[in-house]
Amino acid sequence: MGTGMLSRSMFLSQEVDIGITGYFHFEIAGQTLWITTTHVSLLIVVIALSVFALFANRAIKKANPDDVPGPFLNVLELLVELIDNLTKANMGKRGVRFSNYIGTLFAVILVCNISGLFGLRPPTADYGVTLPLALVTFVLIHYNGFKYEKAGHVTKLFQPVLLTPINIIGEVATPLSMSLRLFGNILSGTVMMGLLYGLIPKLIQAFLWPVFGVLHVYFDVFSGAIQAYVFCMLTMVFIAQNFPEDEAQG
Amino acid sequence: MMSQITNEGLILACSAIGAGIAMIAGVGPGIGQGIAAGHGAAAVGRNPGAKGNIMSTMLLGQAVAETTGLYGFAVAIILLFANPLLGKL
Repeated sequence: MGTGMLSRSMFLSQEVDIGITGYFHFEIAGQTLWITTTHVSLLIVVIALSVFALFANRAIKKANPDDVPGPFLNVLELLVELIDNLTKANMGKRGVRFSNYIGTLFAVILVCNISGLFGLRPPTADYGVTLPLALVTFVLIHYNGFKYEKAGHVTKLFQPVLLTPINIIGEVATPLSMSLRLFGNILSGTVMMGLLYGLIPKLIQAFLWPVFGVLHVYFDVFSGAIQAYVFCMLTMVFIAQNFPEDEAQG
Repeated sequence: MMSQITNEGLILACSAIGAGIAMIAGVGPGIGQGIAAGHGAAAVGRNPGAKGNIMSTMLLGQAVAETTGLYGFAVAIILLFANPLLGKL
């Protein structure tokens, strides 16, 4: 038993840490609520984005239209134009006003996903974060559906009468699959990195830094950027489905 | 020998096996994503000018195809870390 414990402590440098840790809890109306790593990470992400937004706002306010824009202003214009063009290409003329929401969504999800690089547990690896994001999309889809198709949005469900159950399941499955896709992708990266960090002793980790670097780039940056893009893309496509077809391409 | 296995231990062991079996769901998306990437490469070869559009369409399709694999992953994670069967003892 003693040798078993010794050899295990030699190979397991630390506990495998991939779960959500609760820091402290309090009670409201008989429910126990926990403040967890997700809340802390999300707060840090929101503060970072707010600081960036404040600096961006100041730079834009001070900008002189006659001058050549500086490097920071240039990057800002590039980002805004990128989001505007993406929204316009996918949603048409009616969708341009959604570029605010799409840009915010993209920024939050992207920074959440790559926050694993800075030692945080990605907030999007918690189903309690991705489900509300998908539900906002769900509400937007059906708000725009009723706005543009009126009652046709409901009767569309019964179009071929035999397929009614499948149509209803399809509508309900949209937010579920969107949230599970984001959650599953980020969680799988977190689990893989957590297992690697937990199973390889600290001393060997120091020599294997290129391997960890490459894996972080793949799981956090590459996968995170693709999932943020896909989430925004699907949001745009599903909302634009409800627009009338004559002007959808405009 | 068999009598030493507790009910809890049996559930944990079978849950671990079940989690492994659930991850077989990763085979399908792997094949699907490979097919999508292959056709994407063929499309770029035929029409290199449309590379950007092809890339974004391919990535979107691959991400949608990946969902079924992630359902298996979610089942495996639930079996390993939030086992609902232990509460039924």
